[in-house]
Amino acid sequence: MLSDATYGGQRVTMSTTEKTPQLVTVPTNRTGVILTKFIRDNRRPLSALVFFIVLIAIFMVANPRLFLNSQIYNAVFVSLPISIILVVPLVFIVTTGEIDLSFPSVVGICAWAFASGIQAEINPILCFLAMLVVGCVAGLVNGFLVTRIKLSSLVATLGMNFLLRGLIYIGRQGYGITTSQLRDTPFFNFFVGDLDGFPVHMIWGILFALAGWFLFSRHRFGAQVAVVGDNQDSAKEMGINVARVKTTAYVYMGLAAALAGLLSTLINATFYPTTGDGYLLPVLAAVFVGGTPTWGGVGTVVGGVIGAFIVGFIETGIVASGLTGYYTQFFYGLVIILSLVSHRFNQGRTRY
Amino acid sequence: MTESIIELKNVSKSFGNVLALSGVNLHVNDHEVLGLIGDNGAGKSTLIKIISGVHAPNSGEIYVRGKLHKKWDVNIARKNGIETVYQDRALAEQQSITRNIFMGREKAGMLGFLDLKKERAEAEKLMRDIGFTSRVFSPDSVVFTLSGGERQGVAIARALHFKAELIILDEPTTALSLTESEKVFRFVTHARDEGTSCIFISHNIYHAYDISDRFVVLDRGQVVLESDKTRITADELVKSMQNIASSGHAE
Repeated sequence: MLSDATYGGQRVTMSTTEKTPQLVTVPTNRTGVILTKFIRDNRRPLSALVFFIVLIAIFMVANPRLFLNSQIYNAVFVSLPISIILVVPLVFIVTTGEIDLSFPSVVGICAWAFASGIQAEINPILCFLAMLVVGCVAGLVNGFLVTRIKLSSLVATLGMNFLLRGLIYIGRQGYGITTSQLRDTPFFNFFVGDLDGFPVHMIWGILFALAGWFLFSRHRFGAQVAVVGDNQDSAKEMGINVARVKTTAYVYMGLAAALAGLLSTLINATFYPTTGDGYLLPVLAAVFVGGTPTWGGVGTVVGGVIGAFIVGFIETGIVASGLTGYYTQFFYGLVIILSLVSHRFNQGRTRY
Repeated sequence: MTESIIELKNVSKSFGNVLALSGVNLHVNDHEVLGLIGDNGAGKSTLIKIISGVHAPNSGEIYVRGKLHKKWDVNIARKNGIETVYQDRALAEQQSITRNIFMGREKAGMLGFLDLKKERAEAEKLMRDIGFTSRVFSPDSVVFTLSGGERQGVAIARALHFKAELIILDEPTTALSLTESEKVFRFVTHARDEGTSCIFISHNIYHAYDISDRFVVLDRGQVVLESDKTRITADELVKSMQNIASSGHAE
C-alpha cells in the first residue's frame, strides 16, 4: 500500500508494506511553506488579531475621524500597559490549569505599600523594592494555598481577593494617599514619563510582554508550565516539580501586580483604596479573548496582549462612536462571546 | 549466564492478607525482550511496580548488575536506567512530540532558555530511527493527533533517548488495533537492537510470543513457567497456560 501526502511543506511518500519504510522528501515552495507553518503555529493569536482589526474597522465606520484624535490614544494608553502587564502572567497561570482572581487586590496592597513608603519619605526605589516583595509574598501565599493545601485556585484566590482588599479598607478606613510629590522626579519619568509625546509606561508594557513571550515560548519555565497544565501526572512522572512550577507562576503574577500597582499609583499621583479593582474582568477577558483556552496546557502571550488591546479599545471606541457609556458592558459581553466562538471554530489541532 | 540488568531473588509482596507475590525469582539480560505473561490478578502489575520502585517488596532481594540494592524506589530505579512506559499517563497530549520527549529534561542553555533547534533535530532523528515513518509526522506534531501505537513510540523513544537500559512496557498493545500493535512491536524490536532490554507485559500470549525472546508466566503470585522462545511454540505456551488455569493451583 502506498500513500503520500504533503505535510509541513515536505512531500512525503512512504510504503507501509516494507519492513524498512523509506522517507522521500522533496522540498516545495519555501515561502508558502513558512507562511503555512506560521499560520498553523499561531492560529490563536492570529484569530485574535483578525478580531481586533474587525473591531477597529467597525469603530472607524461608525466614526471615521475616531483614530485621528490623539486623545483616544491617551485615554487607552493609561490603562492598556497595566492590563498588558497583568494579562501576561495570567496567561501562564491559566495555562497551568489554574486561575488567579486575587491580582486586583494584590495590585492594591502593593500600591498601598509603595504609597505608605512615599508618605514616610523613603527613597522611591526602596519603596518599589518593598512592593515587589509584597507582590512576591502574595504570590507565594496563593501558590501555597493551591499546591500545598490543595485548594481550588478559583475559590482560594477569590478569597484572597476579598481578604487583601478588606485589609486595605481596614487599614486605610477608605482614605487614599497622595504621591504627587513624585511628579516629574527622575523616578517618575523613568516609569510613566513622556518620550516625545509617547507614554513611557506603554514601553514598559511592551517590554514586559516581550519578556513574557520569551519566557513562555523559549524558556524551560514556559515549557514546564504548558506540560503541567496539560497533564499533571505525566509531568510528575517525568520529574517536574508541579507545585514549584505553579507557585512560580503565582509569584510571577504577584511581581507583575506590584509593577502594575506602581504604574497605576504614579499615573494617578494617588493611591486609592480601590486601586486595581477595575482590572479583574477586563484582564480575565483579555486572556480568553486572546485565545488562551480555559482548560490548560496551551496558551498564548501574544494573543493575551492582543486581547488586552481589544478590551482596552472597546470602551473608548464605543464612546467615540457616539454611543453612551451605557453600551460598554453590552459590547464587552458581545465581544467576549463572539471571540470565544471564533476560537472554537478555529481550534483544529488541540483538544477535540 | 551473563550479568543481568536486574535480578529479583525470592521476592514476596502482600497487601494486607492478600499475598500478591510469593518467592518470585526473575532476571532480565542484556539485549533481551522478556515477555511477562499472566492472567488478570496473576501479580504482573505488582511485580513491575516492584521493579520500577513504586512498591517495596516485603521480603526478597533486588540486584542491579549484580549489586544488591537494599534501598529501592522510583528515583533509584530511574537512575539505574529502568524506565516504565505507561499506556497514557506519560504524555502531554496537547504538546508537540519534541516537547514530550524533552519533558522535564529540556535542553536549555544558560538562564534556562531552550535550545529549540537542537531539541527539534534530536527529536526528528529519534523518530526516524525508531521507525516513525508509517504516517506523515514532524517533531512539531501534536501528540493528540497521533495514534495509540505512535504514542507508545514517542514514550519508548523518550526512554531510549535518555539511555534507559530496561524499558518496562505495561500492556502496551491492549486496546490497540493489529496494525497499531505491529508498530509497537517494531519500536520494541528497535529498542532491543539498540541494546536496551524490555519487559513486555501482556495477557495476550500471541502478542507476547511474537515479540519476546524469553517468557515468564505468572500465576497467582508465582512464576509457573520460564522458557526461551527456542524451546517452546506459541501453541505449547497457550496449552500450558490452559493447564495452569484448569489445574486450579500453581505448580
